[in-house]
Amino acid sequence: MPATLSKKRRRALLIFILPGLILLGVFMILPFFLSFGLSFTDQRLISRLPTRFVGFRNYVRLFDDDLFLTSLKNNFVFAGVVVPVQTFLALCMALIVNQKLKGVKFFRTSYFMPTVTAMVVVSVVWSFLYNPDGLINKFFEVITFGNWETVDFLNNPKWAFPCIMFMSIWQGAGFQMLIFLAGLQEIPENLYEAATIDGATTFQKFWNITLPQLKNTTTFVLIATTILALRVFSQVKVMTEGGPRNSTYTVVLHLYNEGFMNQKVGYASAMTVIFFLIVLGLSLAQRWILSEEREV
Amino acid sequence: MSRERSLKRVTLVKNIIGYLFLIILAIFFLFPLVYMVTTSLNPNEMDIVKKMGSIESFIPTNVSLKNYIGDPDAENPDKTENQGVVGRMPFGRFMFNSVFIVSTTILVGLVVNSMLAFGLARFSFKGRGFLVSVVIALMIIPIEAIAIPLLWVTNSLGWLDSYQVQIIPFMAKPFYVYLFYQFFIQFPKALEDAALIDGANWWQIYWRVALPLSKPIISTVAILHFLMQWGLFLWPLMVTRGPTYRPLTVAMQQFFGQYPREWGDIMAFASMMTIPVLILFIVLQGQFVNSVKTSGIK
Repeated sequence: MPATLSKKRRRALLIFILPGLILLGVFMILPFFLSFGLSFTDQRLISRLPTRFVGFRNYVRLFDDDLFLTSLKNNFVFAGVVVPVQTFLALCMALIVNQKLKGVKFFRTSYFMPTVTAMVVVSVVWSFLYNPDGLINKFFEVITFGNWETVDFLNNPKWAFPCIMFMSIWQGAGFQMLIFLAGLQEIPENLYEAATIDGATTFQKFWNITLPQLKNTTTFVLIATTILALRVFSQVKVMTEGGPRNSTYTVVLHLYNEGFMNQKVGYASAMTVIFFLIVLGLSLAQRWILSEEREV
Repeated sequence: MSRERSLKRVTLVKNIIGYLFLIILAIFFLFPLVYMVTTSLNPNEMDIVKKMGSIESFIPTNVSLKNYIGDPDAENPDKTENQGVVGRMPFGRFMFNSVFIVSTTILVGLVVNSMLAFGLARFSFKGRGFLVSVVIALMIIPIEAIAIPLLWVTNSLGWLDSYQVQIIPFMAKPFYVYLFYQFFIQFPKALEDAALIDGANWWQIYWRVALPLSKPIISTVAILHFLMQWGLFLWPLMVTRGPTYRPLTVAMQQFFGQYPREWGDIMAFASMMTIPVLILFIVLQGQFVNSVKTSGIK
C-alpha cells in the first residue's frame, strides 16, 4: 500500500470524509468542548454584557443547588428501580416469545408497539389512565374489593414518580426484549441437547446454560438502560413538570430549566459536564466488563 | 402408549400456559393504545369523562370522527370543541414538519454517514486509525450532554426557529457511521481493484457497488434513525417558537397543556400521530427486529 496517496485518490478521500467530519465537528465535537469551556464562564444565551471567566464558581454552586442534588437523587432512584425491573421483565418476555408456538410473532409485535410510540404520546395517554377517575384507580378498586381510596396519582408526591417509572418500564421493555431475544437465538442448540441427554431439568438448563450465555447481553442491557434512565426528560416535562414538590424533578429537566428557560448557559454547561462524566463512567464500566468477559 | 399420551398432555398444558402468558402480556402492552383510539372515536366529551374508569371505554358505542375533523352539522360548527383537531390547529402543518424533518435527516444522514464510513474503510491514509477511534468515542455522547452548548452555537448562527436547526445537527451520527464502517471493511480489496482497473472512479464504486450491497445496513440505520428522530422532544422544544416549524411532539405537548383538557381531541391528536407509525412498524417488523439486534452490538 502506498504511503502517500496520489493526488486523485486524496481528493476522492476528502470528498468522502469531509461532509461527515465537518458535521460531527461542528455539531458534536465543538459543543462537547464548548460545554467544558462555557462551564467556567457566566455565559448567557442572549446578553449584552461581556462574558466573564468565573473559574469553578458554577461547579461550587451546583453542589449547593438543592434542586440539582434532588434531581440527581431522583435519577438514581429511577435507575435503581427501572433498570432491574425492566431488565427482568424483558428477559422473561424474551423467554416467553422464544417458545416455539404458533402465532408468537404476532405477540412479539404487540410487545414492541409501545417502544415505537413517541414518549410524548405515551405520557399523554398514561396521564389519562392515571386520572383520579381513570382506569388505574378503577383497577386498584376492583382488585382490593373496594378498599381503595382514590389517588390523584400525578399530583401526589408519593405516587407521581413511581407512576412515571411504571410507565417508562411499559414503554421500554419491548426494545430490551428484542435484544435479549437476539442473545437467546445465538446460544448454540447443542448445549441444550447435551443437557437433555444428561437429564437436566428445564430450570437447570436455564440456570446453567441460558443465564451464563446471556451475560454479555445482560451487561449491555443493564448499562444501556441505566444511561437511558439518566436521560429522562419527556415524561416528566409532559406529565408533571418535575412536581409535585420536586418529587419527579430530573437532571435533564434542570438542565432545560436553567440553560434554556433561565438562559444560564454557563451554569447549565457545568451541569452538562457532570452529566457527561456519569454517562462516561457507565460506558467505560460496560466496555471494561465486556472486554474482561472476552478474555476469559 | 400411555407414556406417549401423558407426554402429549404435558406439551398441551405447557402450550396453554405459554399462550396464557403471551395473552396477558399482549393485553398489558396494548390496552393503553387501544384505549387511546377508542377514546378518540367517542364524540361526546361528557361521555368520555363519565366512562374513563370503566371497561366500557374500550367499546366505542357512538363512533365518530368528530374529534378528528370536526362536526359541520353541529349547532355552532365554529366553536372550538366542534372543530376537531384538524380544524382548531394547523395539524397538517405539524405533520408536514415532522415528516419533512425526519425524512430529510434520514436521507441526507444515510449518504453522509455511509460516505464517511466508506472513506474510513476503503482508503488507507495517515490518521485513519485516529479518526475511527474518534468516531467510536463520539458514540457515547448523548444529545442531552451537548444540548445546551449546541443551543448556544445554533443561536449564534441565527438558526433558531427553522428547519435546518432541527435537521443539520442530527444528520451525522457516529453509531451509524460505525455500522456502515463495520460492513464496508469486510469487502475484499479485489472488488475495488477490479473496478478501478475497469476505469470506474471511487464515486462509482461507492454508489454502484458498495451501497447496493449494503441494503440491510441501510434499512437498519434508517429504522433506528427514524425512531430516534421521530420522538425527539427536548431539542425542538428549545429551538422552535411558533407553529411554523413545530414538529408533532412539541405540538402534542402544548395541546395537552391547554386547559380545559378535551380528552377526545387530545386522543385524536395522539392517534393521528401514532397510528401511521405503528402500521409502518407492523409492516416492517422483520427489519425492525434486526435493527434492534444490531443496536445491541455497540
